[in-house]
Amino acid sequence: MSTTVWLIPACPLLGALVNMVFGGALGRRAHWVGVLAVAAAFVSADAVFARVLDGQVYAGELFPWIVAGSFKTAVSVQVDSLTAVMLLVVTGVGFLIHVYSVGYMDGDPGYARFFAYLNLFVFSMTMLVLAGNFLVLYVFWEAVGLCSYLLIGFWYERPAAAAAGKKAFIVNRVGDFGFGLGVMWLWTALGTLDYSAVFNSVDRLAPATATGIALLLFMGACGKSAQLPLHVWLPDAMEGPTPVSALIHAATMVTAGVYMVARSHALFERSGVALEVVAWIGGLTAIFAATTAVIQTDIKRVLAYSTVSQLGYMFAAVGVGAYAAAVFHLVTHAFFKSLLFLGAGSVIHALGGEQDLRRMGGLAPRMVPTAVTMTVGAAGLAGVPGLAGFFSKDAILAATYAGGHPGLWSVLVLGAFLTSFYAFRLLFLAFFCMPRMAKETAHHVHESPAVMTVPLGALATLTALAGFAVGIPSGAGTPFERFLASVFPLHEGEGGGFTAYALLLLSVIVVAAGFLLAWLMYMTRAVAPNAIGRPKTRLHTLLLNAYYVDRIYDALIVRPLYAFSVFLARGVDLGLLDGVVNGLGRAVVGSAQRLRRLQTGYVVNYALTMLLGVVVLIGFLLAR
Amino acid sequence: MQFPAVSVRALLPALIVLGTAGLVLVLDLLPPRARKGHLPVLSLAGIVLALLSTTWLWGEETRAFHGMIVLDGYALFLQLVICYAAGLVVLLSIDYLHERGLESGEYYALVLFATVGMLLMAAAGDLIVVFLSLELMSLSLYVLAGYFRARLASGEAAMKYFLLGAFASAFFLYGIALVYGATGTTNLDRIGASTGRDSLLTIGFALLLVGFGFKISSVPFHMWAPDVYVGAPTSVTVLVATGSKTAAFAALIRVLVSAFRGGQLDSTALLWVLAVATMTVGNVVAIAQSNLKRMLAYSSVAHVGYMLVGLTAGGALGAGAVLFYLLVYTFTTAGAFGVVLLLERAAGEGVSLADYAGLARGHGVLALVLSLFLLSLIGIPPLGGFVGKFYLFGAAVRSGYVGLAVIGVLNSAVASYYYLRLIVYMYMREPEAAPPPSATSFAGGLALAVALAGVIVLGVMPAPFIDLAQAAVTPLLR
Repeated sequence: MSTTVWLIPACPLLGALVNMVFGGALGRRAHWVGVLAVAAAFVSADAVFARVLDGQVYAGELFPWIVAGSFKTAVSVQVDSLTAVMLLVVTGVGFLIHVYSVGYMDGDPGYARFFAYLNLFVFSMTMLVLAGNFLVLYVFWEAVGLCSYLLIGFWYERPAAAAAGKKAFIVNRVGDFGFGLGVMWLWTALGTLDYSAVFNSVDRLAPATATGIALLLFMGACGKSAQLPLHVWLPDAMEGPTPVSALIHAATMVTAGVYMVARSHALFERSGVALEVVAWIGGLTAIFAATTAVIQTDIKRVLAYSTVSQLGYMFAAVGVGAYAAAVFHLVTHAFFKSLLFLGAGSVIHALGGEQDLRRMGGLAPRMVPTAVTMTVGAAGLAGVPGLAGFFSKDAILAATYAGGHPGLWSVLVLGAFLTSFYAFRLLFLAFFCMPRMAKETAHHVHESPAVMTVPLGALATLTALAGFAVGIPSGAGTPFERFLASVFPLHEGEGGGFTAYALLLLSVIVVAAGFLLAWLMYMTRAVAPNAIGRPKTRLHTLLLNAYYVDRIYDALIVRPLYAFSVFLARGVDLGLLDGVVNGLGRAVVGSAQRLRRLQTGYVVNYALTMLLGVVVLIGFLLAR
Repeated sequence: MQFPAVSVRALLPALIVLGTAGLVLVLDLLPPRARKGHLPVLSLAGIVLALLSTTWLWGEETRAFHGMIVLDGYALFLQLVICYAAGLVVLLSIDYLHERGLESGEYYALVLFATVGMLLMAAAGDLIVVFLSLELMSLSLYVLAGYFRARLASGEAAMKYFLLGAFASAFFLYGIALVYGATGTTNLDRIGASTGRDSLLTIGFALLLVGFGFKISSVPFHMWAPDVYVGAPTSVTVLVATGSKTAAFAALIRVLVSAFRGGQLDSTALLWVLAVATMTVGNVVAIAQSNLKRMLAYSSVAHVGYMLVGLTAGGALGAGAVLFYLLVYTFTTAGAFGVVLLLERAAGEGVSLADYAGLARGHGVLALVLSLFLLSLIGIPPLGGFVGKFYLFGAAVRSGYVGLAVIGVLNSAVASYYYLRLIVYMYMREPEAAPPPSATSFAGGLALAVALAGVIVLGVMPAPFIDLAQAAVTPLLR
């Protein structure tokens, strides 16, 4: 098993190195390296998954890494059922998105660089998932952040892309600062960073300490998974190429926070308070982002806010202790959200770069495969019964209700309604309403090549079938929950009965209501393009600007900080410190020029100096 | 009268070099008179043989000639360093002399005689032997400094070196006399065994320190160094800067540790002052230099200051750090001067800072190699200079001289200014004139390769060499 496990990160790493070094020579053939590397990783992940299904686990050490005094840590990995699921998602969805990129990035001057970064990301993400201790997790937590930064700013000649990359990096720094502190505190408290050792000894932690550590770790998760109040970077990250949005900012990297909290659930459970905080931050983010998504007019920004919202659902589930439900939603979300992103990419591709929903419409007859798969994706996001999203979202809602959080539950139900509304709104505006684009653009609309539509079909199939396959409760929990039972113990005696069916029915009603509202608003009558998204009320304006969070941060943090920096730079650094340093430098050079004059070149002077030295030396020694 | 037993083993490295020198002189007289290519090869072979003999003798502890010669691990370690220095000098000299039409047997013979003096200084167990070997070395170097007879600066350098050197030797000899008067012996161990402190001994010690201070060019006895370094043939400058300094340090440490082990007088305060003065003057004045040989001369003064920090710290750590630093310093300084030598034009021009502007364009490899030597002189990891300084200043901190270590580090920061300035000139300035002619010297390139390998190996895996240096000084301290 060990070789197979190491192959999973090794293949993409090799692919990244090859494309970095020989990318120029490979040119248009760079995708062979990138796609094959991820395919190999996917095959290895399958093999690992099969063995984990047989009940095997693996823990291994690559090499002792840092040994400093009592601090010892190794580059170690572990594989259990949670790791196996995450590996499958990362490499599987990653593989499909790599294939899609062959068509989407065709003709881009940075083709090889793109695949190199994408491979590097898959390497980092698989290592993040494989990590056997918090330090390795932290290192690759930062590494995926770096890949995200590189890929958001992939088209670095666009100022908006470069700025978005920086923003993502800086906002994540805030979260990672907390994460780093949490890891350090964990070590001082327990003297170890190994998962198993930490989770076996959480009982030794005082609840207050556990709360502190857990909340600091959650701060990192908030940054990485774009939760309030650190969500601001994700909508801007849409400046990156669409496959990047699908892979990193929908399916995998942004779920790292959910994975981390679920992985450390023993620590969070020790605290209690921390779990409550996680649940409520998740719930508030879910409703906050859903309301914002309702108004957005940029197709990718709708999906971005939707991602933030769905991640909120996952955190809410983790917060109420429904870890398996959270991970299940993570998996199904990876399917339907990357499908939606890739479909949106196909639309953008067809319309020559147009991302504004106001200038779309009527694409369905011209792009049948994209329209069909997008419909499946949107229905999956909305939670239409039968599709994967329905099972996973319903599991979260049921767990929230059963876990005794009625307030949180009602927030999430409202969010589900909004989700259904904006999902269908997007679908109708893009594919089924009257065409609203310019004639010239409309003339050029074309379906994307097969290399792009086949991954769409594969993801649509997964979205349609994943729920039926592993999401139907039977006996003790769903098959998915039973698979993860070694990591997340099954809860006994929940579900079933009248309440469960009532909740199920309510879910269906909520989805139907959202669909109906969208239908009434956008399908029953022709919509004027400028009527969509034009602010009509104060509330509308507020939502369109995403509650002005960016501007509030700008006014409260960025501007004061900038002013302070300018003061430090101009006043303190240039004025005071530089003055002192330059003054010292000038003094040294000046004294050098003066001392130099002592070197007259006359032997008599030299000899006199020596004689003086002799006198001083003898005097000095005799005086003591 | 009883003759002392002759112990060849104790003198083996020196005897090998001495024999080679004689052979070179004889061969110089035999035909072919016009071609001298075989003489440097023979000299080099002798030095390499001496080098091998030190490794063969490793672990030897011999006292010969009534304690006049002490061949122990300490002597062997330093003899190894000296052999490296001499070998690099011979390699660098071959094409340097050939291009100027000044090849001759006596040049190599003088280099070898000077080397014999240095080797003996490392193994001297008696003040008389120290003095004799010091003179053997010095007289050879005086002649070598004036080897470019047609060049005025060369003659001036030799004259100054000789006059001031004779002055310093007089002090040294007077110091020996006073020490003999105070203790009745010139043997280092017996001086160390003598008890009591009197002012005669103190003055004697001070005068000995003057002699050593001159040879290691410590402030205020350093003033000859810049003039001699610039005027002398560059290959001779390398020998003066590396080999003669190593030999002088070898004798100085042994005298300090064996003969004046704190019982009679406390010299650390004096060494503290000398270290600070030497570092600071060397570095500060180096800033104002525009001639590279002059700049490197002051830089080598500053490095003596760093080594005096290690001597002040004392103990196995401090002395061991000095030994290790001598090894690093020899490779680094020989390498830096070596590049300057290869780029020097016939009449001694092309050694000013302006001549190095844009050097990286024409001589990419030489510029890179010189940059690495300069970075090692600054003390940038992973090069040998960093490790050397780390152990020197570390020893100072261990012994409680935190202030001294701080001054040393500050000095290193000042020094980085003039070293980096040269790198800036080489890489970021436009060439002012046509680049100097491409220097193709196989032997010179070999010398640079050896020196660079030394600097890198000592920086990347210093532990075994540090251990050797520590092991070499530990018996002295018993």
